Amino acid sequence: MDYVVEMLNIRKEFPGIVANDDITLKLKKGEIHALLGENGAGKSTLMSILFGLYQADRGQIRVNGKDVNISNPNVANELGIGMVHQHFKLVHNFTVTENIILGLEPKRGLSVDVKSAAKRVKELSEQYGLNVDPNAKIEDVSVGMQQRVEILKMLYRNADILIFDEPTAVLTPQEIEDLMKIMRNLIKEGKSIILITHKLKEIKAVADRCTVIRRGKFIGTVDVDSTTKAQMAEMMVGREVLFSVEKPDKEAGEVILKLDKVSVKSNREGVVAVKDFSLEVKEGEILGLAGVEGNGQSELVEAITGLKDIVSGKIFINGKDISNFSIRERINSGIAHIPEDRQKRGLVLDYTIGQNMVLEIYDRKPFSERGLLNHNAITEYAQQIVEDFDVRAGQGVESVARSLSGGNQQKAIVGREIELNPDLLIAVQPTRGLDVGSIEYIHSRLIEQRNRGKAILLVSLELDEVLNLSDRIAIINSGELVGIVDAKDTNENEIGLMMAGIKRGDTD
Amino acid sequence: MWTLIAQIFPYAIAFTIPLLITSLGGLFSERSGVVNIGLEGLMVVGSFTGAIVIYTLQPIMSPDLAVWIGLLAAALAGGVFAILHAFASINLNANQVISGTAINMMAGALTVFLARNVTGSGNIPIVRGLLRRDVPILSEIPVIGRLFFTSTYATTWLVLAILLLGWYVIYKTSYGLRLRACGEHPHAADSAGVNVYKVRYIAVILSGAFSGLGGGILLVTIAGEFTGSVAGLGFLALAALIFGQWKPLGILGATAFFGLASTIANVSSVIPMLKVIPGVILKVFPYIVTLIALVAFSKSSQAPKAAGEPYEKGKR
Ligand SMILES: Nc1ncnc2c1ncn2[C@@H]1O[C@H](COP(=O)(O)OP(=O)(O)O)[C@@H](O)[C@H]1O
Ligand SMILES: [Mg+2]
Repeated sequence: MDYVVEMLNIRKEFPGIVANDDITLKLKKGEIHALLGENGAGKSTLMSILFGLYQADRGQIRVNGKDVNISNPNVANELGIGMVHQHFKLVHNFTVTENIILGLEPKRGLSVDVKSAAKRVKELSEQYGLNVDPNAKIEDVSVGMQQRVEILKMLYRNADILIFDEPTAVLTPQEIEDLMKIMRNLIKEGKSIILITHKLKEIKAVADRCTVIRRGKFIGTVDVDSTTKAQMAEMMVGREVLFSVEKPDKEAGEVILKLDKVSVKSNREGVVAVKDFSLEVKEGEILGLAGVEGNGQSELVEAITGLKDIVSGKIFINGKDISNFSIRERINSGIAHIPEDRQKRGLVLDYTIGQNMVLEIYDRKPFSERGLLNHNAITEYAQQIVEDFDVRAGQGVESVARSLSGGNQQKAIVGREIELNPDLLIAVQPTRGLDVGSIEYIHSRLIEQRNRGKAILLVSLELDEVLNLSDRIAIINSGELVGIVDAKDTNENEIGLMMAGIKRGDTD
Repeated sequence: MWTLIAQIFPYAIAFTIPLLITSLGGLFSERSGVVNIGLEGLMVVGSFTGAIVIYTLQPIMSPDLAVWIGLLAAALAGGVFAILHAFASINLNANQVISGTAINMMAGALTVFLARNVTGSGNIPIVRGLLRRDVPILSEIPVIGRLFFTSTYATTWLVLAILLLGWYVIYKTSYGLRLRACGEHPHAADSAGVNVYKVRYIAVILSGAFSGLGGGILLVTIAGEFTGSVAGLGFLALAALIFGQWKPLGILGATAFFGLASTIANVSSVIPMLKVIPGVILKVFPYIVTLIALVAFSKSSQAPKAAGEPYEKGKR
C-alpha cells in the first residue's frame, strides 16, 4: 500500500494529561485525510509531532516507507512536510514575500533577493489559484489571504504533505468555498493533505477518509463516502449527537434591553458603524442578530457592554438609562457578555482558570474581604463552574488559561457569565471554532437561560445557529436595522437577502 | 548667532556619538526580542576596560594607537559582559528587566572595585584621549564644512559607518530579516526553521559590544578618565531608542536632538542669549520632550511585539 505518512502508536504526555495515547494515522498519497476530534482531543498535538514541534514519548513515524526522527521543523521541511497552524505564524509588519522566505532567504551578494522571491511567490500563487499580492503587508490583508500566505509558505518550501489545522475556523462561508477549491487543486498537483476539523459538513465535502480521535485515544479510520455525519459525530463524542436543540414554546415577557436610536462610531477613523439603531430584547427570548461580518455588530455589542462610547441615543436595562454607566456598573445592572474574541477579551491567558472565573466579581464578598483575596472561596466557586460546565483542563482550576484548548476556554467563559445570573446575556459568536459536542452543550445552556426567563442577545455569523436558537431575528446591514422577523416564519433565503440590505416586501 | 552655533556644534556631535552607538546596540537587542536596560552598565564596563588598557599602554606606545586598542578592548569587554544578560534572559527565561538591572548594579560595583585595586582611588585617568581633526577638503565647504567636518573625532565617522552598516544588516540581509521576525513573532520564526536562541544571542552580544564601544568613546572624547559611572547616558540611549521608534535613522535623529539639547543646557551659563532662561529648565528640557514624545507615540508605538517575553517553545 502507498502511504506517504504513517504515524504508528504515538503517545504524548503533557503535565497532568495524556494528549495522545496510542494513536495511529496513515496518509495515502493523493488523498485528503480528515482528522476529526473534539476540542482538546489531541489533534494539534499529533500534528505538531509530525511537524517536529513536539517529540513523541513513544511510537514511530514513517515517511514514504522510511523510519524518520523528526526532531525539529527543519527536518519536517526536508521531508516535504508543511503545516498551516491553527493560529497563523505570520509576522504582522512583514510583507507577504518576507514572511514566505523567512528562514530560507534567497540571496544576491550579501543582500536578501526580495525581488526574485516576490516573482516566485507570484508564480506559485498563480499556479495554484491563490490570488495573493506578494508585496502586501500582512496586517493589511484579510484573514483568508493570510491563510493563503501560509499555504504559499509550504509550497515555496516544496512540501507535498500538507497539514491544515482547523483552517476553516476563522473563515467566512465564501472563503471556505475558495479554500476547498484550493485543496482540490493541490491534490490535482500531486500533494497529499491532512485536514484537521470538526465540521462534519466540510469533511463530507472534501475528504476521502477520516480518522477519529477522542480524548487522546484512537477511535477509528473510516471511509467518508460510506459513513454518515451522525456516525462520525457519534465516534467523535462517544454518544449520540442531536443536531438541533429542543426549544419549548415560550411567551416573551417584559423588555430587558432597550436600544433607542443608538449611534456608534466605527473603530476606523470618522466612519459611523451603527446608525440610529433601535431594538428591544425581552425576558424569556433569544434575539438573534444576523449580518455579514463587519456591518456594525461588534460596535453595537461594545456600545451595550460599555467598551465603546455611543455618539447619540440611549440604552436602557430594565427601564434604567445606562448610557453613561461604567463597565462595572453595567455588569452590576445585570449584563453579562461572552465576547467575540475569547483570547483577547474573554480571558487573561496567563492567569489560572480559578482567577479568570472571578474577573468581574473579585471585589465582592466572599472573594475579597477588606482588600484581601480569599483564595479558598475563589477556588471553590471556580471548581463549581468547571464541574457544571464540563471544562476539561490538566490541573483543574489551577491550570493556566493558555494551556486549555479553545473549546474548553470557551466553556469556561460561558460558565463564568451564566454563573453571574444576568438579566441580559450577550453572546457573540459563542461557538466559533468549536466541535459539535461543545456546540450542542453551549446551545443547550443558552436555551436553559432563556427558559429561566432571561433575555439573550445572540450575535453570530453562522446562519444555522441564529435560525436554530433565536425566537426573533434582527438583521443588520451597514449599521442599520433592516428588519426584525419571527424565527418561526422565515428561512435562510429571506435572511440572506435581508443581510444584503434588501427589506422584507421589497422582493414581492 | 552663527559663531554660537559653530561653537556648540562640535560639542553636540561629540555628546551624540556615544549615545548613538549605545542606542544602536539597544536597537539590535530589542529588535531581536530581548529588552536590554543593562546598556548603562555595559557602557560602564566599556569605559572601565578602555581606561585600564589605555592607562597601561599609553606610557609604552604611541598614545593614538593605545586609544584605538583601548576602544577595541572596550567593545570586546562589553560583548563578553552581555553574555551574562543573554544567558539569563535567553536560556534561563529570566525577567529581562531584572537581568538588565543586575547588569547595571554589577557593572558599577565590579569596575569600581577593580579600579581601586589598580589606581588606589576609584578613578582611572588616561594620559590623553582622541584628538580632534579637520577632514581634508570637506572642511572647506562653506557652512556645512564648518559645522560637520571641522575638528571632528575619528570615532564619529566610525560610529556613523557602523550605523549605516547596521541599517543595511537590519533591513537588507537575511540575518536582519530573522532578527526582526524574532522580535515580532518568535514562534513564526521558529516554525520557519530560524534558530531563535542563536539570533537573540548574537543580537544581545552585539548590543554589549556597541554599548562597550559607546563607553569607550565617551572616555576618550569627553570624560578623559574612568569615574565608575557614565552619568545615565545608557538610560538616555534607551530613551532615544524609544523616541527613535526602534529605527536606525530614528535613533540618529533622537540622539542628535539629545546631544544638541544637552550641550545647550551645559553651555547656557556662559552664553548671554541663553542666560535669561533658568538653567534648570534647559537641563530638564530634553527629558520633558522625551516624556511628551513617549506619550504622543504610545498609540502608534513601533515597539517589537515580542520584546521582553522569554521565548518558550511549547507555549501557545
Ligand atoms: N504545550 C502544552 N502544555 C500543556 N498541555 C497541553 C499543551 N498543548 C496541548 N495541551 C493539552 O493537550 C490536550 C490536547 O490539546 P490539542 O492537541 O491542542 O487539542 P485539539 O487540537 O484536538 O483541540 C489538551 O487538553 C490541551 O490542554
Ligand atoms: Mg487544535
